[in-house]
Amino acid sequence: MSQIETFYEVMRRQGITRRSFLKYCSLTAAALGLGPTFAPKIAHAMETKERTPVLWLHGLECTCCSESFIRSAHPLVKDVVLSMISLDYDDTLMASAGHQAEEVLHETIKKYKGKYILAVEGNPPLNEDGMFCISGGKPFVEKLKYAAKDAAAIIAWGSCASWGCVQAARPNPTQAVPIHKVITDKPIIKVPGCPPIAEVMTGVITYMLTFGKMPELDRQGRPKMFYSQRIHDKCYRRPHFDAGQFVEEWDDEGARKGYCLYKVGCKGPTTYNACSTVRWNEGISFPIQAGHGCIGCSEDGFWDKGSFYDRLTNIPQFGIEKNADEIGTAVAGGVGAAIAAHAAVSAIKRAQHKGDQE
Amino acid sequence: MTMSVKDEDLLTGEERAQEKQLVRKQTAVYVYEAPVRLWHWVTVFSVLILCVTGYLIGAPLPTMPGEAIDNYLMGYIRFAHFTAGYIVAIAFVGRIYWAIVGNSHARELFFPKLLSSAWWKEVWHEARWYLFMEKTPKKYIGHNPLGQLAMFFFFVLGMIFMIVTGFALYGEGLGQGSWADEMFGWVIPLMGQSQDVHTWHRLGMWYLIVFIMTHVYVAVREDIMSRQSLISTMVGGWRMFKDDRPD
Ligand code: HEM
Ligand code: SF4
Ligand code: SF4
Repeated sequence: MSQIETFYEVMRRQGITRRSFLKYCSLTAAALGLGPTFAPKIAHAMETKERTPVLWLHGLECTCCSESFIRSAHPLVKDVVLSMISLDYDDTLMASAGHQAEEVLHETIKKYKGKYILAVEGNPPLNEDGMFCISGGKPFVEKLKYAAKDAAAIIAWGSCASWGCVQAARPNPTQAVPIHKVITDKPIIKVPGCPPIAEVMTGVITYMLTFGKMPELDRQGRPKMFYSQRIHDKCYRRPHFDAGQFVEEWDDEGARKGYCLYKVGCKGPTTYNACSTVRWNEGISFPIQAGHGCIGCSEDGFWDKGSFYDRLTNIPQFGIEKNADEIGTAVAGGVGAAIAAHAAVSAIKRAQHKGDQE
Repeated sequence: MTMSVKDEDLLTGEERAQEKQLVRKQTAVYVYEAPVRLWHWVTVFSVLILCVTGYLIGAPLPTMPGEAIDNYLMGYIRFAHFTAGYIVAIAFVGRIYWAIVGNSHARELFFPKLLSSAWWKEVWHEARWYLFMEKTPKKYIGHNPLGQLAMFFFFVLGMIFMIVTGFALYGEGLGQGSWADEMFGWVIPLMGQSQDVHTWHRLGMWYLIVFIMTHVYVAVREDIMSRQSLISTMVGGWRMFKDDRPD
């Protein structure tokens, strides 16, 4: 192929009508929180810009990110984005397999050197030279480094690629690490969640494809448009939190009345994600709405923070798992006893020396 | 006391030679200037509020009856916490300012003389006094060295830790790009994630509670058993000595 196609040409070739294409542009503008005036801009960009290829690698993972992605609420967005992505490489979704698929990977990297987006789902385990995850006959970590070398930008899908997630939970026998431990010289966009919300995934990737640049990232590399607020900041149960009305036990009156789940361990106050605004499954609901606290799935090390049902979480560094209050009351109790003993001895001494002091 | 004790060994701390002479003759020295005393009691009051409200933020009171619109208990508790947090932090900054412009005793809190062997000897002496191994304590115009050491590690460092972690958490509420987020937001990834900062902030409270218990006990005990006043000094500023022996 001599001339690289534009997005629009690809879409038309995939059988997408112009009408659908324009719909897609306005949906995208809405999903990204841009005004309606942006729809024509997106359309123009897609008609004139060369298509950015996307390579999608799979490491140590459960594939929940892909599962989430293909359930995107707006089928149009999904179809368009998927059809664009499957043109290149995604060993789970693409038609070809085996050597043929690997051939596509090499070719795409060669052809679009320095221009493609690398999306990584899952992460590389490093123990035993990476033998705990073999993909295409090689340790995944090698494939990852190989594909990352010539990428323009990298997306870390889900908590696995972003933080490590369950396979990196203590004691992490395979030594699974988030991808930024392996790729240190490229910008990485973290899209954490277990899995991330479909609309967040399509939103991030569409933004990058249409505008040809990275979305604005926060301090930890997450796109600000979806991760700048905590679940708690936009939770519809928040008035009950502020009022001091909590579910104390799962089957109590408060649970039936939809009170705040803070006391039964909701991690909404410490979790950055878009669930309380975008919600899940075509915006139908999200965990808190279904009556269960947030477990903090998009946060670093959420598996290692003790029970999902405790507000004060354990501190594993202290050997026996204890929370701050258990440690604090034990220490304060000890110090209190020591003070009492010291005071008693002081009083006795003072009585003894009463005479010789004055 | 024995005459062999050299002048430099006496009355350690930041005091100047003239001051030392004064102590021999008179029985009171002006130690804590008004801003230091004011700061002390503002901090006492605010930290008490911070501990109570902070405890209740992590382990809230039983559920309030009635409609959400008629209640704002958690909101008030958090508001009190943040207000006291601001007060304590501003007062702390003011205290640092006073350490620069105030008298020499205002600086003691921030500069334990960790590199002076004479100072460590005094620490040792004080430790022995607390362990009942020394019959008579020494006189001090400012802090006794052991107290100074404890003040620095428990109080100064503890307070800085609480202010930094507190405002990091506060920045989460104010939102990204807010001043608290810009100044202290880096603490959150440093400790792992927000949940970890909460846990450390809470542990920090217990650290301070242990300090407060010890501090109050020692102040009362010293007031009774040492050779100088303590509690009234923090109220009126004057250090009173109970005898006119030099050391
Ligand atoms: C002596 C100093 C302080 C003490 C003892 C203290 C204590 C506490 C405690 C125990 C908690 C609950 C932690 C948890 O279980 O999640 C807390 C939360 C918090 N503190 Fe402090 N704190 C202090 C200073 C500050 C300061 C200076 C600020 C700054 C404004 C601050 C801001 C906060 C915030 C924002 C929270 C989280 C509130 C929430 O999640 O709703 N704290 N504090
Ligand atoms: S249910 Fe969770 S996220 Fe919602 S207000 Fe309560 S603590 Fe916050
Ligand atoms: S509510 Fe919390 S645990 Fe549930 S999906 Fe959202 S971030 Fe993950």
